[in-house]
Amino acid sequence: METEGLGGNADTFLRLEGKGGDCEMRTAAIRFIQSRGTVGYLLIAAVLFSAPLFISDFRLNLLAKFLSFAILAIGLDLIWGYTGILSLGQGVFFGLGAYCMAMHLKLASTNGALPDFMSWSGLSELPWFLEPFHSFPAAVLLGLLLPAALAMLLGYVTFRSRIRGVYFSILTQALVLITVTLFVGQQAYTGGTNGVTGFREIFGYSLSNPDVQMVLYWITAAVLIVVFLFAKWLVGTRFARALQAIRDGENRLRFIGYNPDIYKMAVFALSAAFAGLAGMLFVLHVGIISPSMMGIVPSIEMVLWVAIGGRGTLIGAVIGAILINAAKTGFSEAYPDGWLYFLGALFVIAVVFLPSGIMGVRDKLMALVQRRSERNTKQLAEKGGESIGANGMDSVLRETNR
Amino acid sequence: MESTIQLLFNGISTSSILLLIALGLAITFGLMNVINMAHGEFIMIGAYSVYVTQNMFALMPDAWFEAYFLVALPIAFVVAAIFGLLLEWLLIRFLYGRPLDSLLATWGVGMMLQQLARTLFGAPNVAVTSPSWLNGGLQFGMVVLPYKRLFILGMVAVVLVLMYLYIYRSAAGRRMRAVMQNREMAGCLGISTRRVDAATFAIGSGIAGVAGCAVALLGPIGPSTGTYYIVDAFMVVVLGGLGKLIGTVAGAFGIGVTNTLFESWTSASIGKVLVFAAIVAFLQWRPKGLVAMRTRSLD
Repeated sequence: METEGLGGNADTFLRLEGKGGDCEMRTAAIRFIQSRGTVGYLLIAAVLFSAPLFISDFRLNLLAKFLSFAILAIGLDLIWGYTGILSLGQGVFFGLGAYCMAMHLKLASTNGALPDFMSWSGLSELPWFLEPFHSFPAAVLLGLLLPAALAMLLGYVTFRSRIRGVYFSILTQALVLITVTLFVGQQAYTGGTNGVTGFREIFGYSLSNPDVQMVLYWITAAVLIVVFLFAKWLVGTRFARALQAIRDGENRLRFIGYNPDIYKMAVFALSAAFAGLAGMLFVLHVGIISPSMMGIVPSIEMVLWVAIGGRGTLIGAVIGAILINAAKTGFSEAYPDGWLYFLGALFVIAVVFLPSGIMGVRDKLMALVQRRSERNTKQLAEKGGESIGANGMDSVLRETNR
Repeated sequence: MESTIQLLFNGISTSSILLLIALGLAITFGLMNVINMAHGEFIMIGAYSVYVTQNMFALMPDAWFEAYFLVALPIAFVVAAIFGLLLEWLLIRFLYGRPLDSLLATWGVGMMLQQLARTLFGAPNVAVTSPSWLNGGLQFGMVVLPYKRLFILGMVAVVLVLMYLYIYRSAAGRRMRAVMQNREMAGCLGISTRRVDAATFAIGSGIAGVAGCAVALLGPIGPSTGTYYIVDAFMVVVLGGLGKLIGTVAGAFGIGVTNTLFESWTSASIGKVLVFAAIVAFLQWRPKGLVAMRTRSLD
């Protein structure tokens, strides 16, 4: 019931049985190009790519960080906004991706020597399971696959025994708690509380060089756009209709012959992979990953990004992630106490007053404007003494039917 | 042998605090289908109530100071219950039957309450001086059972008995169980479900406040004291199931004892992972927890 107003119930199920298949991707692409919002999207993309021209290096770095968060928000929106599964564990997947990238950068920076935190903890050689991180492609692959595999595993053991709703959310939160404890505890392999940091270069380029940062920013922006387009395509497919059907009535979907568990596991793994991707990019911009960045509090804040932006709308998730993080950077330094009150209040506001977020407010405003203009034309028509309009005809029909 | 007994005792002692915290959670979730993430902050409120009471008694004659903790217990209960009542009235009642939404909204409330505590009492942890009659312990050979922990065990036992009497032997408890089983039908029979909800929520919060007293006895307390316990308490609810007191009791002792044992056998971090794995494995067998309310409804 918590997804009220996010899409027609019966509609979802009707569309499920609609045509699907090969031409889906093309029609989705055409629909996307023809849709009214495309101009807006192109504008946003243009602003994103030209941002380095008019903001300072410092702010560019911040923006890059927010964009990586936006990638995570898209994944979270797929699982929460579209499928109705609230995962409070995205921080873990984000952290796993980030640690994969950080481990690679660390190993690359030490030129074959053992990373400092390992020698401090008394290790004499690199453990075998960290060997693959010498290679960049392997690290990236692991940064995507590890979170996805963990999500698959957790999804398998929970969805299959029909643990859902709030029970699932609590289990994901517990997953965060134990992962953080584990990462803090296994100092020799993870750097403990301090995390992994102190790497200077990627492919031999210095990470502190503004030009390198600018290229990394462009890469992040490009990845965000690719992820966004992919998600946009995905929500037009039959797969996403099944996801929405899970949200609106999982048992009904089961009864018409689908296996929701497979869909849920798939979307959970996908959102985890997006989170891992976001984590990898995050490390490139921020230069550190520590357990506190993947903890319970950051994980639930990620949910707030989507809630404020508008769950069930992809662009809403992106806007929410950027907006909240920009506000956080802006206010939390000036008024640290006030910010926490504000953040707490945002959770309440998002749930009680803005169930469909900023995008919902926009839709309401647009509907209001449209209704007003319709009323105006109608009034004009009546003044002009014209014959019965469409609405008038309706009422006449209703009268005769009675 | 001695160390195992000592461990077991510590495990049971941890479990008893966990039980107090989970009681309120299980009841409110079972009754109203809301998840109260601010529950941990009621623990914190209870703990700070003890701290304030202690500071008040420090101004009085020394002879009275020894008794402060006994006065602090009801105060903590009442203060936490009042906060609970306020939260129910201002927010929770709009979120009935929307567990995920209530989870997020109450998380926000929790953040604000923590920040309030930080503003009022400062960010650093404060310590509560336990009364001198709680220092020391019972000695059995090598095993020492601290009076503090024994006192907490006794306190939990008293609360549990009172809760049992309330739920199963009082008119108010009967109304509560009726609403839990079938809200509409209970309403039709003339039970004011609004009042039952408010009363139950307040009692659950009050018990968390009492748990805060126990926490204050065991160590320093701070604005984020509650968050340390809350995830474990939720796991107790998941493991124990909803609707029966006995499920929560079993869940709390299951988690508390296994946690202590695993952590001593391995390390603190590996132990936590093992407990989590054990809980997930258990849920494969009983997805609804140890004790589930029987129902024929599908969702």
